[in-house]
Amino acid sequence: MTQQEWPLWEVFIRSKQGLDHKHVGSLHAADAAMAVQNARDVYTRRLEGVSIWVVESKHIHASNPDDAEAFFDPAADKVYRHPTFYEVPDSIKHM
Amino acid sequence: METSEQVLSPEEQFQARIDADIRIEPKDWMPDAYRKTLIRQISQHAHSELVGMLPEGNWITRAPSLKRKSILLAKVQDEAGHGLYLYSAAETLGTTRDQMLADLHSGKAKYSSIFNYPTLSWADMGCVGWLVDGAAILNQVPLCRTSYGPYARAMVRVCKEESFHQRQGFEIMQTLCEGAPEQKAMAQEALNRWWWPTLMMFGPKDADSPNTEQSMKWRIKRFTNDELRQKFVDMMVPQAEFLGLTVPDEKVKWNEERQAYDFGEVNWDEFWAVVKGNGLCNHERLQARVSAHDEGAWVREAALAHAAKRAAKEAVAA
Repeated sequence: MTQQEWPLWEVFIRSKQGLDHKHVGSLHAADAAMAVQNARDVYTRRLEGVSIWVVESKHIHASNPDDAEAFFDPAADKVYRHPTFYEVPDSIKHM
Repeated sequence: METSEQVLSPEEQFQARIDADIRIEPKDWMPDAYRKTLIRQISQHAHSELVGMLPEGNWITRAPSLKRKSILLAKVQDEAGHGLYLYSAAETLGTTRDQMLADLHSGKAKYSSIFNYPTLSWADMGCVGWLVDGAAILNQVPLCRTSYGPYARAMVRVCKEESFHQRQGFEIMQTLCEGAPEQKAMAQEALNRWWWPTLMMFGPKDADSPNTEQSMKWRIKRFTNDELRQKFVDMMVPQAEFLGLTVPDEKVKWNEERQAYDFGEVNWDEFWAVVKGNGLCNHERLQARVSAHDEGAWVREAALAHAAKRAAKEAVAA
């Protein structure tokens, strides 16, 4: 017998209608149906969700932490993208 | 001016992030020893949740009412969930579920010694919830701010669920203490047996805990063993008094100057004996774990076979 682990799945839960699915953790399951079932048992025992997504972990592609500076820092010096960069005269309303 | 970052070694950069309270995430660079320490601690923690189901499982069929049985079932199910959150957190460090379970089953990995004590009466379910989970919460709340992100996030979920465990335990104790004299005696007898082992849950004295200093520096731990033990005593003595029970330690006494309770010395010989495998239930607990795992092997295999068969069918249909 070859020892083989069930694949790893990432679990995303929508906590209530109108909100995004949010990553809550992971679990092992033989297939997608079992992953949804297990996610329900593990992550929604206290009404934490109204909808579940599962994605097999191997399908997730992530940015590399070593590239974080090159990737994200350019956004740091572009303050003009934020509304607070602009001065609005006190007399101007509704802006 | 040259940025100082260029001359910092990876270890120094890592420590600087820790000192700035920036969480470490799975793909970030980390010292090997940090990774190893976390795998050891998180998997040990996960094993404790798993083995912790066994002493309580003993009482599911014996719970005195349907309400108590439902509560106990829910609690045991929570422990399984906590184990899963923690195994998942450990897996992000590069170990596998199979490897962790193999280490537990071979005796290489440890779990909390508290579960090597037997649960002899219904009042033990009260003590496990009130004292053991109370001690666990004190250990776990600071871990919600531990430096490794996945561990901290797992602990946030665990802590949210754990406070129900402690309260249901206290309620069992309170019910017994307000009941017949025999029931109250049962509660006292259970407290007598669980008090000292619970104090041992915080681990050896600081002077005998060589890993503490490094773990504090890495902000894996936020308080020392002795600090947490003191907090626990300060929290529990008044609760025992409320119940009308006596903590089995003659040295327990309020110290006005320290604004804390003085208390006696834990029997460290017993502590080390249980850690080394010579507690009352070490053999039984491990045996139960190994049997459950071995006897469930066909289920794991069948589920994989079923998934493969269905995937093949869907591929043909597509």
